[in-house]
Amino acid sequence: MAQAGHRSVDRSAVAVGTGLLGLAALTAWDASRLTVTSVYGMGPQAVPYLVAGGFVLLALGHFAVAARGALPEREPVDRRAVAWIGLGLAGLIIAVGLGLGFIPAMALLFAATARAFGRKAAVADLAIGLILGFLIYLGFTRLLTLSLPQGPLERLL
Amino acid sequence: MDSFAALGQGFLVALQPAKLLYALVGVFLGTAVGVLPGIGPALTVALLLPVTFKLDPTGSLIMFAGIYYGGMYGGSTTSILINTPGESASMITALEGNKMAKAGRGGPALATAAIGSFVAGTIATVALALFAPWLVELAIQFGPAEYFALMVVAFVTVSATFGDSPLRGLTSLFVGLFLGLVGIDRLTGQARLTFEVPALLDGIEVTTLAVGLFAVGEALFVASRRKHAPEEIEPVRGSLWMTKEDWRRSWAPWLRGTALGFPIGALPAGGAEIPTFLSYTVEKRLTKHPEEYGHGAIEGVAGPEAANNASAAGTLMPLLTLGLPTSATAAIMLAGFQQYGLNPGPLLFAERPDLVWGLIASLFVANAMLVILNLPLVGLWVRLLAIPQPWLYAGILVFAAMGTIAAKPSLVEIAMLAGFGALGLAMRVLDYPIAPMVVGLILGPMAETQLRRALSISLGDPRVLVESPIAAVLLAVAALALLAPYLIRGLGRFKPAKD
Repeated sequence: MAQAGHRSVDRSAVAVGTGLLGLAALTAWDASRLTVTSVYGMGPQAVPYLVAGGFVLLALGHFAVAARGALPEREPVDRRAVAWIGLGLAGLIIAVGLGLGFIPAMALLFAATARAFGRKAAVADLAIGLILGFLIYLGFTRLLTLSLPQGPLERLL
Repeated sequence: MDSFAALGQGFLVALQPAKLLYALVGVFLGTAVGVLPGIGPALTVALLLPVTFKLDPTGSLIMFAGIYYGGMYGGSTTSILINTPGESASMITALEGNKMAKAGRGGPALATAAIGSFVAGTIATVALALFAPWLVELAIQFGPAEYFALMVVAFVTVSATFGDSPLRGLTSLFVGLFLGLVGIDRLTGQARLTFEVPALLDGIEVTTLAVGLFAVGEALFVASRRKHAPEEIEPVRGSLWMTKEDWRRSWAPWLRGTALGFPIGALPAGGAEIPTFLSYTVEKRLTKHPEEYGHGAIEGVAGPEAANNASAAGTLMPLLTLGLPTSATAAIMLAGFQQYGLNPGPLLFAERPDLVWGLIASLFVANAMLVILNLPLVGLWVRLLAIPQPWLYAGILVFAAMGTIAAKPSLVEIAMLAGFGALGLAMRVLDYPIAPMVVGLILGPMAETQLRRALSISLGDPRVLVESPIAAVLLAVAALALLAPYLIRGLGRFKPAKD
């Protein structure tokens, strides 16, 4: 990583600037499709165009900063830990999507996050997650009368 | 209306047993999240929004305010004992407070923080009660053009003036404004930026954005750094009580901290970091014991702690009287009002005096509860820090998912939560502030409504925006605030953080 500090262009600023240009294009394109306008004053497309204009200016600002040279080096990211949490969130989406219910979804998320932070006791963490999910489920449905996604497990309760 | 009579009525509401219970739950939760690193009051209120949807509005808002105040108290405990602020407004406290704890004076440090917070919170709440009706009188004269100008001031100050880099703050704000555009346009009924996804027609939930950015983003960020070195907790040694000398050296910093915190909190300037920083600098300059600075000077704890609590009360002033949030927590409290169909502002003072004054009165109650909770029970809060990090963050994510699913049980919502979490990670890694995005999402649609209302009244003539002297002055202030960071580079060294 020795050369990274001497890069002449800050790549992340270029990436953010490019992303902002993309958002500007998206916002302006969407605004151009709005057909109904107001008789008086501003229509619904005026503010989106303003926001798109702002994005363009900010993108130019990012390119200017990027050209000024590299920023101080950033700490490296622990990709495996991030991937574990990502896996937990994916598990949550899949569990809810497949109708497995709220409690197993919470258990998956809990265990995967604990793994990301370095714990290796998957069975114990799954059990804690199940209990936590169970308590939350009971609290929500019985005390607060709010509904949560149901699966086979929840229907038994 | 006479403030004191109104406040008396408020106490009748705030002292009802059910309301006391809400306040107690609020300050308890607030202290807990203030103590725990990784979650702050903004996130906690966001998580509770869906949960409290069916509860009593006055009680829930009292609870939210208790969380806000409690977070300010709890954050100082962590700063003093482990040198890791649980909350960004307590960063400065760690400078002297942790040194005091290492020197075996943790007890007096905690005491001056808690008592100073109480003194400041109480004085600032009195100021809130006195000035709020006055500001309401002023706000009655505000039309759409003035409100729009006021929101522009808030946008600029929150994102550009006090941040590390105006470019990054404004970028965060604009992404928030972009997210605020998603959904059905209120005036013409057309869908904007929904891409034929039905779940997006209602717009983006504040809960989902705040929880994704704050909770999921923070968990991802901490995991990505994996600092496994265990944090050292300084045991509280010796007496909790302050000596006569401590009292003598604390009272003036408390009062000065209050005098800095309340007005700065009330200005649309974004959060409690600035007054704590200023208070620290002032105390350092005025102290009779300059040699103690850097080795645990009690003034350096007393002043900033008073300032951060006073600013919390100050923040409630524009929130209640104008409906203008000036910090992330206030922005989410505004979403809390809105979920009950309540719009803070002059009308709310006229229509629901019981709620507004009950809320203000409950702040006194919450302050009293917090001193009691924080001093004798400090051992309990310290034990919270013993929760192993994996379980702490796993629990935070479970509650985050719970809040989102309860707000809107759809796959799109959970996917957005994950997406905002990834965005939160990227923003932390690249050092973009998060609060402006949340403020943009909440305030953006309101600003657009006011702007379009102003222009339709004037039949499209844009001069209406600067014809009123108040609006013109406010817009000039906004322009000045945009340029200010280049003029006061000194403040830029100090990074305002997450929430």
